[in-house]
Amino acid sequence: MADLQAGHETHEAEEHAEHHIVSPVTYAIIFFSLLVGTALTIAASYWDVGPWNPVIALAIACTKATLVVLFFMHVKYSSKLMKLTVGAGVFTFLILVGMSLSDYFTRAWGQW
Amino acid sequence: MSDSHAVATTADTGHVGAHAAHPPYLRHHFESMEQQNETTSFGMWLFLLTEIMFFGGLFTAYLIYRNWYYPAFVAASHTLNIVEGSLNTLVLITSSFTMAMGVWCAETKRKNGLILSLVATLILGLGFLGIKADEYHEKYVKDHIPGHAFPGHAFDAAGFVHPVAEDGKPAEKALAPDMAAHTEVYFSLYFAMTGMHALHMIIGIALLSGMLWKATRGGYMDGNIAFVENFGLYWHFVDIVWIFLFPLLYLISRYN
Repeated sequence: MADLQAGHETHEAEEHAEHHIVSPVTYAIIFFSLLVGTALTIAASYWDVGPWNPVIALAIACTKATLVVLFFMHVKYSSKLMKLTVGAGVFTFLILVGMSLSDYFTRAWGQW
Repeated sequence: MSDSHAVATTADTGHVGAHAAHPPYLRHHFESMEQQNETTSFGMWLFLLTEIMFFGGLFTAYLIYRNWYYPAFVAASHTLNIVEGSLNTLVLITSSFTMAMGVWCAETKRKNGLILSLVATLILGLGFLGIKADEYHEKYVKDHIPGHAFPGHAFDAAGFVHPVAEDGKPAEKALAPDMAAHTEVYFSLYFAMTGMHALHMIIGIALLSGMLWKATRGGYMDGNIAFVENFGLYWHFVDIVWIFLFPLLYLISRYN
């Protein structure tokens, strides 16, 4: 994993991130991890843990999406501007979806 | 072009020798290739964020209705073909990997590698759509297409009120007629979400074909690979959408 880290630490201070070429080894490791994640999410859906099933499914999906964003989409090796942009987008997304859902899910509470 | 040269040299006196050696694809309103690349991928990410918000609306609608009509969503979800769904996940993740390899080949100026990666991505993308089409056809045969757009195949929820056991699979739990009617909501969302995802795949395949045509004629070997990189971002984004669609649509309480 050492070579995954190399190359971007030294450029942190620069205004623009130096172009970093992600190696095929990294891509292969991520590809393999995504396959494992897919197998896990299918297996988990046949396991009855009541209200935790969707939580597990979404946790695995979020982990897979994070791997894709960081490595396949190079965000891990990008400048702070890019990281902030992606982070701000995800944050805004969670605010919009989270607040809409907390409204709809709780409207009928206590009325039955 | 010569005008912008003049402006650049007079406005930026500390930029000695800047024109001595820069790639022909560096636009003159950018200071350096790093700045140009950063600007391009920044713009691409802003576009992808609008896409995330757009799909987010569909996911929110899905989650609200799933919360309201949970038994209907479970029963309707169990009619989906889990083998084809899993296979499509595999196909799409592999196509993301081949696309990532394509970006690497472009970065390291490997012409044949780039062409091979793009061809593999194209075939996998078409394979995904083929499997998806087979699933859509199954919905048509089972009368699971919402509304009554197809004569003789209007949406029919009767199968959820009187479920029958089929080839080795035990019968699903029977739903009350009013809950069974809500399976139509599930299938509406199923077609809206997978249809919008498939539309993104079709657009991606069109762009990919153009890129492949250019690559076979020696394109992207001069270091000007912004298009390949940003198309890669788009393709991976479409993969991420499917990563969420698959468990939400196909994998609800499979243990029942």
